[in-house]
Amino acid sequence: MSEVVWSALVSVGVISAVGAFLALLLVIAERFIANYGEVSIDVNSGDKEFTVKGGGSLLETLASAKIFIPSACGGRGTCAYCKVKVSEGAGPFLPTEEPYIDSQAREQGIRLACQVKVRQDIKIEIPAELLAVKEFRCICERIRDLTYDIKELRLKLPGPMKYVPGQYVQFRAPAYKGSPEVYRAYSISSDPADSGAIELVVRLVPGGICTTYIFEHLAEGDEVLINGPHGEFRLTDTQAPMIFIAGGSGIAPIKCMMHHLVNQGIKRKGVFFFGVRSLKDLFMAEEMKSLERAIPDFRFVPAVSELEQGESWDGAQGRITDVVKRYLDNEKDAASYEAYLCGSPGMIDASISVLTGAGISEDRIFYDKFS
Amino acid sequence: MSFGAELLHLVTVLFAAVFTENILLARFLGMCSFLSVSRQIKTAVGLGLAVVFVMTFTVALDWVAFRYILLPFNLYYLRFLVFIVIIAAFVQFVEMVVERYSPVLYQNLGIFLPLITVNCAILGASLFMVIRDYSFAEGIAFGLGSGLGWMLAIVAMAGIREKLANAKIPEGLQGPGITLIIAGFMALAFIGFTGVLSSERKQTEPKPVTQEIRQVDQDTTRIVVEEPVE
Repeated sequence: MSEVVWSALVSVGVISAVGAFLALLLVIAERFIANYGEVSIDVNSGDKEFTVKGGGSLLETLASAKIFIPSACGGRGTCAYCKVKVSEGAGPFLPTEEPYIDSQAREQGIRLACQVKVRQDIKIEIPAELLAVKEFRCICERIRDLTYDIKELRLKLPGPMKYVPGQYVQFRAPAYKGSPEVYRAYSISSDPADSGAIELVVRLVPGGICTTYIFEHLAEGDEVLINGPHGEFRLTDTQAPMIFIAGGSGIAPIKCMMHHLVNQGIKRKGVFFFGVRSLKDLFMAEEMKSLERAIPDFRFVPAVSELEQGESWDGAQGRITDVVKRYLDNEKDAASYEAYLCGSPGMIDASISVLTGAGISEDRIFYDKFS
Repeated sequence: MSFGAELLHLVTVLFAAVFTENILLARFLGMCSFLSVSRQIKTAVGLGLAVVFVMTFTVALDWVAFRYILLPFNLYYLRFLVFIVIIAAFVQFVEMVVERYSPVLYQNLGIFLPLITVNCAILGASLFMVIRDYSFAEGIAFGLGSGLGWMLAIVAMAGIREKLANAKIPEGLQGPGITLIIAGFMALAFIGFTGVLSSERKQTEPKPVTQEIRQVDQDTTRIVVEEPVE
């Protein structure tokens, strides 16, 4: 009997010793090999300088220092939004960056911040606006159901945010139920004159980490962390007539732009095509109608592509691109339009080909593609 | 054995592991990553190189652990546990070193390293090393050979699948279906190597470790030992 106990003890002892030895080895390795010490980061030749713990990606490290480089994919190296110019200390160019950075940009030192690891002192150059990007600790004031899969969030800001209509903020979904913390980009949809809060339009992406958080875990009164504003999508200051095209939650930046047109008394001619699949996907129609009336020469055209049996709809019908094509075919000077698009990549690409087909040159087409 | 004969024997073990006893096509170990990461030659080469590297070193480490820890304590039956822990720790360690000292290599191989911890071919190589009673040098030759054999198989498969991308395949066979059929043909082709080389020692050579295991087997009935492969 004691022999059995003894041999059991030996096996437990040996396996524990082996495990402990290997664990110790890894801890020591972590301490000495994976420890990159303190490194200093210099932003725009001395505009901002700070020391951080090395080892992480440049994107994470900058975020920990409250410098928010835009990023939509969460650091996986697929969206290529996080391009920054690194003049010193980036290390070798990596194969994961290759698809997004051409040889010319490469020579200038453009890198993907999410792929570059901070291992030594680094000097970077970023647009001055990015230093103006701030983090806001907001309170979720209201969650409103717009359709069965689209919600509007109203976030109370702790202080003013200076943004240009069309820009977006990054929303932090904290870690929950085994999902990691992620940031996702949502355009601001609210009236810029309403400086105390912003509104976002969020559509549920099945299986999406952030939208699942918003739909299932976020409650009114919760604190949410956002940073912004980001993005280059904005109205030009020409007098050209404007055509807006949006699908689903892509309405957000365009609604914000319409508020801006009303607030500033801008009298540019405009038409907004808003495409949804079916009647149950249509939302904000009343609000858009009242904005339409407030802008002198503006038309809001909601278009439904699939009507179910027994439903009646007196507005435009068909795919959004077909509706736009019909409109442009009847315009005498279609090529004079500027186009602003927001929606899924498929809708944007299809719209661009319709617009260029009608004679609108590509440098007059501005868009914000979901990714 | 003279040095020359010993060297020849090691080369035989290595080539036998690559061709006649290809761990993937003759033993069907490491099939999961073989099926899923064989779409492009480039990634197949990356994963293959990582397997060669890890297999060679883990067989050596596991040999040491087996010879100097498990046998002295009569803990032959703990080999699975100890081997897999050593493999996991080694892979972690390599990942850290590669990340630190070679970012380019890390970007090419680093993503495959976590995949390798769970590659059964790695554990399989260490277990064969025990069953066949290899010496340390034989173990390394066998690990290297098995790794190269695995790489050969996955790169060949990736080459075939790259060509297949343009082929008309019946709908029901697309993806895993056709891949399994091809793997079967490749295995059949490798049967052609059977008997060309043998990694076994000559009968006259003593089998030091197995003798001890047999001894252990007689002493304690709890320990079940596989029959050594003849």
